[in-house]
Amino acid sequence: MYNYTDFDTAFIKERNAQFRSQVERRIDGSLTEDEFKPLRLMNGLYLQLHAYMLRVAIPYGTLNSRQMHVLADIADKWDKGYGHFTTRQNIQYNWPQLRDVPDMLDALGDVQMHAIQTSGNTIRNVTADHFAGAAADELADPRPVAELIRQWSTDHPEFQFLPRKFKVAVTGSPNDRAVTKAHDIGLRMVERDGEIGFEVIVGGGLGRTPMIGKVLRDFLPREDLLPYLEAIVSVYNLLGRRDNKYKARIKITVHENGLDDFKTRVEERYSLIRPQFTGVDQQLLAGIEADFAAPEFKSAPETEYHDARQHYPAFRAWSDTNLTEHRVPGYAIVTISLKAHGATPGDATSAQMRLMADLAKRYGHDELRISHEQNVILPHVHKSDLPSIYSALKAEGLGTANVGLISDIIACPGMDYCALATARSIPIAQEIATRFDELKLEHDVGPLKIKISGCINACGHHHVGHIGILGLDRAGVENYQITLGGDGTEDASIGERAGPGFSAEEIIPAIERLVLAYLDLREEPAETFLQTYRRLGLAPFKAALYPEAQANAA
Amino acid sequence: MPRAFTPKVVTANALLEGDVIYQTATGWSRDLAEAEVLTDEADADLRLIDAAQQIDTVVGAYLADVDASGDTPKPTHFREDFRAKGPSNYAHGKQEAASHV
Repeated sequence: MYNYTDFDTAFIKERNAQFRSQVERRIDGSLTEDEFKPLRLMNGLYLQLHAYMLRVAIPYGTLNSRQMHVLADIADKWDKGYGHFTTRQNIQYNWPQLRDVPDMLDALGDVQMHAIQTSGNTIRNVTADHFAGAAADELADPRPVAELIRQWSTDHPEFQFLPRKFKVAVTGSPNDRAVTKAHDIGLRMVERDGEIGFEVIVGGGLGRTPMIGKVLRDFLPREDLLPYLEAIVSVYNLLGRRDNKYKARIKITVHENGLDDFKTRVEERYSLIRPQFTGVDQQLLAGIEADFAAPEFKSAPETEYHDARQHYPAFRAWSDTNLTEHRVPGYAIVTISLKAHGATPGDATSAQMRLMADLAKRYGHDELRISHEQNVILPHVHKSDLPSIYSALKAEGLGTANVGLISDIIACPGMDYCALATARSIPIAQEIATRFDELKLEHDVGPLKIKISGCINACGHHHVGHIGILGLDRAGVENYQITLGGDGTEDASIGERAGPGFSAEEIIPAIERLVLAYLDLREEPAETFLQTYRRLGLAPFKAALYPEAQANAA
Repeated sequence: MPRAFTPKVVTANALLEGDVIYQTATGWSRDLAEAEVLTDEADADLRLIDAAQQIDTVVGAYLADVDASGDTPKPTHFREDFRAKGPSNYAHGKQEAASHV
């Protein structure tokens, strides 16, 4: 893992000291809220519906056990004993008090963490494949490059006041688990003539105008990455609209000017600035790559794992859903579900955080990951340790065997916390998970991604859910719109709106009708919901959702 | 005939805790039931100006519609209902405070 240099440590310390004094001046009335707001947002502090919210960056979703322990300590000392992991690999604390926030930031700084650029019109936390460095299908670990981008973008003087927020995601695998096509810039490692470079995707995004990113360069050599990124953001900084917040993201800039025009401008800018990059960034990158050297994997028998699978059905079910193939034989990637049926998606108590940290330390080469799907990952676990890990997880309420299934739902905080929300998301997620657990259907239904957003900004990624749910305010009542057929992978597509929305009471039965219809429609159990939808289109699903309309038309 | 004025309360977030607060005749309360109900538009505007000036106590003051037909004011929109009650997934915030009384 990357370790802060003296420069990084001093920078964070100074920045935290500045913010401490800004908070003091706000409390004594020297600063008005209008003056203070941009300062607190720069440091990840929001004022939400019921309280402040501190959003802490977890760069490219990677943590060590010491950091996870401090996240738990912060939850106990200054919050309500839990944290909420987000769809951008961050953690949010929902109840900090203004006076305590500088102490929270200092505690984070002590373990090389911060909340800088987790808000505002800046380049946000760079996200990456949560299986980076472990996945069997990977070309190379994307995290060194993500760290390089983090260093380049943090406090970048040219990019502190962009037209709008700016999100970058990187993947080193052809199977895209980082939703790169729904980011302002998505980077996919690709191989050409034995050399690894990047496919550069630009102008993707969800929100009110969802768009799939477009390829700007199909192969960019690695050493050209930073100058090329700088050229893109620089063109956007000047060309992006500042007259209308809803048209300010780069997806609109690319859409309105056309990809060719945008590309011409980027290439011009790139030729101009390329000579300024003299290779220092590549020296830095080499150092960072050494920090991310793979752990020393062992070779050991897997007997305990196979025995446990044979004798314990609960362990077998969990290992069927929550494990992913590791690049090293004998190892597995463990996804710990933060989606116990009926619980709040993405929430972990301090006790759960400590357990996950201890398991990572004892069995997992001291590494943890946070996925954009709001789960926690132990990326490097030897299979012989899986039975012990499972029983420890189970005892702390973390043994749910549902990763990738219908109850593994992404949900934004919605109107239970968020000041921007137009409806609640969390209770809908809780009720869907509880209902399908009662029906005992979810393993039969198989892979199905439900994603819920509580407003048009789409933090819950509903546009790329196989089933997307969008909560709106319709004439003073919560109303939920369904989209179908979305996909956030390398075959990314935006879901299609199914029809009129449903009330909070109607939405759970509607989802049930939809899923039961799928079970009738699929050709064989191996055909997933998404495959069935792609084969048949909207019509049969629409008929299941709106039986009355069907009856009236008949 | 002038448009009927929907009764209002002045609401904001407390500077230090961020908690939802309501203006009373003499100060601020965490409880909507204790809020001062404003039935006159000019009066409501003045009360809002007064609230907005208290920069070292409150943040983001605005006027929220209430139903004043009962003994205590009630929210007319679900957002204000959630603000008055707290989140639905945990008994935190105002619900927690209420259980401590």
